Amino acid sequence: MTQYALIVHQPDGDPPADIDFEAMGRELGALRQEMESAGVWVFAGGLAPASTATVLQASGGEVLMTDGPYPEGHEHIGGLTVIEAEDLDAALEWGRKSARIIGLPIEVRPFQG
Amino acid sequence: MAVLVGVFGDLDVAEDAVADAFTVAVERWPVDGVPPSPAGWIITTARRRAIDRLRREASRDDRHAQAALLAAQRAGPHEEVGPVRDDRLRLIFTCCHPSLAMPARVALTLRLLGGLSTAEIARAFLVPEATMAQRLVRAKGKIRDARIPYRVPREADLPERVKAVLAVVYLIFNQGYVGPRDELCDEAIRLGRALVKLMPDEPEAAGLLALMLLVYSRREARAGGVLLRDQDRALWDAAMIIEGQALVRRLIARNAPGPYQLQAAINAVHSEGVTDWPQVVALYDQLLLFTPTPVVALHRAVAVAEVSGAAAALALVDELELETYHLFHAVRADLLRRLGRRDEARDAYAAALPLTESETEQALIRRRIAELATSS
Repeated sequence: MTQYALIVHQPDGDPPADIDFEAMGRELGALRQEMESAGVWVFAGGLAPASTATVLQASGGEVLMTDGPYPEGHEHIGGLTVIEAEDLDAALEWGRKSARIIGLPIEVRPFQG
Repeated sequence: MAVLVGVFGDLDVAEDAVADAFTVAVERWPVDGVPPSPAGWIITTARRRAIDRLRREASRDDRHAQAALLAAQRAGPHEEVGPVRDDRLRLIFTCCHPSLAMPARVALTLRLLGGLSTAEIARAFLVPEATMAQRLVRAKGKIRDARIPYRVPREADLPERVKAVLAVVYLIFNQGYVGPRDELCDEAIRLGRALVKLMPDEPEAAGLLALMLLVYSRREARAGGVLLRDQDRALWDAAMIIEGQALVRRLIARNAPGPYQLQAAINAVHSEGVTDWPQVVALYDQLLLFTPTPVVALHRAVAVAEVSGAAAALALVDELELETYHLFHAVRADLLRRLGRRDEARDAYAAALPLTESETEQALIRRRIAELATSS
């Protein structure tokens, strides 16, 4: 078994107004149930907006602190789910289900073995 | 090779093992004579050598070696010939996994299934050998680390995955055809034959094989870019045409059409003594249902010109948005020339010229421009 992260790539700024977050929440809850009963679910969490981030960087003995996410980009990690799957095909199948519900790009990436 | 990937579950281990076994063969066969089943001998020797090597490495705490050794032990003693058929099919699906970039899929397929060397693949795709080697290493690393499975996909994923495999083989063929590099075309046709054997229930695999055979049958007649209607039919490869047409007839009887089968059918019509153009237009109509792209519509217009005249075809071509495609301008130019609109024809040929990198095609376009200038 390998652990995979299903990472949500979220564009910065307000989401489109026509998204029904309640329905999305219900569907994500059901997907989590499905993952749990299949024995693949490890961890999941949504992140607060990227504007709440603080970046630390060690430089010449000091640790510099910057406000905001790193790096400057138009999208940041919106959240992630960690699953345990037999192989990439199995992980991609769960990723596909998430992508259909969330409507944003999902990166499927293995943890280092 | 495919059998050994099946045993060890690791491409690098299997590749090294095969290389080892061949080294032994080079030393021993001239002395001991060639064994009755050379392929079986290589597989058995490679397997034994790899297990010895993995045991040595596993004792040194190498996790990869331990994993591969475990896989080999689980796989158990392998039959000398083994289920080669299934192993090859699994390896094809691994090499052509859609999570790999297309250039990586092509390189892996040629290296692991075609048996081409890294240097040969690099030459065929006009990239430095080091670049190709790195591409292969990265792809094999992804297969290992992301655990791209080594098995035939489940039923629900099969149509999409078969499409990915056929696309890789067709891309190899086309790269060879425009090159021209015959060794790539030969390899693609060999792979196509293997796919038909491995997936007898997949009509598109047979369609692709028929398409490649029928197109390739005309390679000598086409040398230098000679158009179909000007080709010397004596140069066509009759055996390939007979095989391709037989495949197409069987596919028509099966009546489960798809894009490769329809393209094969179109080429089968072209391989008859006299082209039945209304039939070609009808086949393009069907093809447009599967692949409604402007490029297919452009090819359909060429056939329409033969049935309904150049003016009707030009009206169709002018509606397509293909400004950056050299064939769009070349087809327009040819239709304009046939309508006697020589200045416009020359301009259209001139527009086509910078859009193709193929020297053969550039030479052909220059010849047409010269003809327009002299025959006035």
